Amino acid sequence: MSRVTIPIGPAHPSLKEPESFNITLEGERIFSAEVKLGYNHRGIEKAAEDRTYIQDIHLIERVCGICSHAHSTAFCMAVEEVAGVTVPPRAQHVRTLVAELERIHSHLLWLGVAGHEIGFDTLLMYTWRDREPVMDLLAMLTGNRVNYGINTLGGVRRDVTPEHLAQVAQVVDVLEQRTLYYAELAETDVTLRQRLSGVGHLSHDDAVRFGAVGPTGRASRIDRDTRRDDPYLAYGQVQFDVITDDHEDVLGRTRVRVKELLQAYRIIRQVIATMPDGPLTVKVPRKIRAGEAIVRYEAPRGENLHYVRANGTDRPERVKVRAPTLANTAAVAKMMEENYLADVPIIVAAIDPCFSCTDRALRVNADGASEVLSWRELRARGIERYRREGVDFGDLNARLSRQLSARKG
Amino acid sequence: MADASSTPAVPHPLAEALAARFPALAGEVTSPRARRLFAEPAPEAFREVFDFAVAELGFDRLVAITGMDEKTSLVALYALSRPDGTVLGLRRRVPREAPALASVTDRFPGAANYERELDDLLGFEVTDLPPGKRYPLPDDWPKDEKPLRKDWKPGSPA
Repeated sequence: MSRVTIPIGPAHPSLKEPESFNITLEGERIFSAEVKLGYNHRGIEKAAEDRTYIQDIHLIERVCGICSHAHSTAFCMAVEEVAGVTVPPRAQHVRTLVAELERIHSHLLWLGVAGHEIGFDTLLMYTWRDREPVMDLLAMLTGNRVNYGINTLGGVRRDVTPEHLAQVAQVVDVLEQRTLYYAELAETDVTLRQRLSGVGHLSHDDAVRFGAVGPTGRASRIDRDTRRDDPYLAYGQVQFDVITDDHEDVLGRTRVRVKELLQAYRIIRQVIATMPDGPLTVKVPRKIRAGEAIVRYEAPRGENLHYVRANGTDRPERVKVRAPTLANTAAVAKMMEENYLADVPIIVAAIDPCFSCTDRALRVNADGASEVLSWRELRARGIERYRREGVDFGDLNARLSRQLSARKG
Repeated sequence: MADASSTPAVPHPLAEALAARFPALAGEVTSPRARRLFAEPAPEAFREVFDFAVAELGFDRLVAITGMDEKTSLVALYALSRPDGTVLGLRRRVPREAPALASVTDRFPGAANYERELDDLLGFEVTDLPPGKRYPLPDDWPKDEKPLRKDWKPGSPA
């Protein structure tokens, strides 16, 4: 059969993120795939060399919109290691709490995207509904839904109150019940099984060879998790299981992420129960002594590497970030081989590639003064805007409920 | 360049294993903290040390390659990891005027993007790379502009 090569991208077939593929087909089947990246290169590593360590925390946090805490924490850990300071236990616990909440919202977001890619939009609606309370918790704890800004060198910038922790525990209880339902779906649902089973196969040997990380690697039986293997923050003091799966396909990647949600709830409960008293920060000198550190951090998408080299000044000599998606991209081309062209979106989405986003509105008044909207106000504005355009979900809901009760009557 | 004062007095067993096989590395492997080792083998011995660490010492994953500009030379730092969480940073130094580096994609095919990045951002000349497009700079970025070199300053295009 003759082969046809088609370009896909850089406008992405599944996520709002630029990358491109040259896919060579034999009929409907993929013979080979070539991945091209780099459309989102922003020169952050170069920019970091020109800024102070404190400024860099905020810069590095913006490497990613979803796992921003993963990046700012890894950067702070590297600088703290070079400076030779020990972060107070309470700050370690707060960082761990935010890290696991970040994993929960990232995994729930992914589960929704995966549902959407296979035409199972009910799953998208369910999981994104469940993600909202997590975003609200993060806003409550840190002041931001994304790009939390909780980290500083030597600790965290905000304390948590017993009321905060009680609220987190309450949300976690609800989410656990819902996640148990998703776990049951991942095991038994016919749509998920038939649509995802065997799609995007990556054998254990190929996963090792191509260096797959995170849930992508663990779904191909790579039993590695930085939180257990190279413990940091409070992970050395909590009990959790590293989830692996032997399906080696998108179904396996789904199962790993759903089960990791349950482990995240387990970690959060222990972090809350053992939250130590004490200071939130330790003083870190403005100028960092010469030295270097390699830090690894288990971000929601997998192992994240930060390298920081200090030269004795208040600015780093070199900052290197290797995000998990770069490690997983090499395996994507392999996963596509022998699959149908129509499976490209879910295969790409299944490594959970990372895109930047932010979610906060600023209303500028006529006199030039600005005011930050609360989340409730932002929602109200959204409803009002649609109403002005003639779409009123309030009316629609009322009509639907009238129809339903009329039918029952 | 790990801070010498933080190097523990007790030698790390993996550092000893490296030194036993490569006597030139005796006393040259630093361990700034638990589960971290750094070494800089002589350029001609680099690949042998790299292969030994992978095949004999269990460093079975290449986590990343970090390129650095150290004024007269360019340095590539290969971070290898073991299942027990230990990371070995192997430093490969090349002269700035002839920064040739052999690819390690024969052992780690996933290293291709890391090596293309060394070329694009710092100007390493990586040999034996499989065919593929540049990464991460745009296709029309000038070939001789290497933004992570210390003498390259951001500015408006000419």
